[in-house]
Amino acid sequence: MNRLVFAFIAGGLFGAGLFISGMTDTSKVQGWLDVFGSWDPTLAFVMGGAILPMAVAWAFTRGRKPLVGGEFPTPPEPKIGRNLVLGSVLFGAGWGLAGLCPGPSVASLSYGGWPHWVFFAAMLAGMFAAPMVRSQLDKAVPAE
Amino acid sequence: MLESIPADWIWGLIGGMLIGCGGAVYLLANGRVMGASGIIGGLVDGSGRNTMAERLAFLAGVFLLPIVLKPVYRPFSTHVTENLAVLIAAGLLVGIGTRIANGCTSGHGVCGISRLSLRGMVATVFYIMAGGLTVVLFRHILGVI
Repeated sequence: MNRLVFAFIAGGLFGAGLFISGMTDTSKVQGWLDVFGSWDPTLAFVMGGAILPMAVAWAFTRGRKPLVGGEFPTPPEPKIGRNLVLGSVLFGAGWGLAGLCPGPSVASLSYGGWPHWVFFAAMLAGMFAAPMVRSQLDKAVPAE
Repeated sequence: MLESIPADWIWGLIGGMLIGCGGAVYLLANGRVMGASGIIGGLVDGSGRNTMAERLAFLAGVFLLPIVLKPVYRPFSTHVTENLAVLIAAGLLVGIGTRIANGCTSGHGVCGISRLSLRGMVATVFYIMAGGLTVVLFRHILGVI
């Protein structure tokens, strides 16, 4: 039960932050990416503001355990593979096209209007298809 | 106009800190990395079957808090495109890309960079570069967005 309460609180802070920071405004995200247009640095303030408490949290995990039990996630293998790079490039292209990424796509559903639902549905379809795309990719070009 | 620009930065910083606090709660309480694409993707492809309730509780918070805050916050538009082809292509790319890369702006960006993860930093460099090139191509050259 505690696990669900904390997940809801974490999601609530995340959603509130996305809403207040302006990151569900697609013109601000595209403005950040548009270095040849009227560049908007807001996203850098959001990222910086988010990284600060997160860095403190990571430091705090040392020698401790999560409040509800279990273990803290171990650092992933520092492997920079094909999937990391290609996946990020595909994600970046979609992010630039619509100005939306997964977090803000959920936060904006209640007030963004129908285009946000279309994007969200397409994103879910993409996530559903991803394991198949990944295995096709591995067949065509074996990773490493 | 000039006065409104710094206000956006300050709201960005405050909102960013709330985002980071959300990630801190998810990490310190539940022991999980707050990555939106992983939380949603695990529900969609079945890989998160055992942690479904936790994922849904998180997403409920993300969805509901803006509804609570909307009446007291300054009004704004999301300026989203109404071009159906662009919305569908973008959604598919974001869905496939984040799952293949195993993270998005929250997981690789916020949670990865803050623990000095090389993977998080490399992913962030690539998705920002790809996003920048996409905006240049589709806005300034093709004029689609």
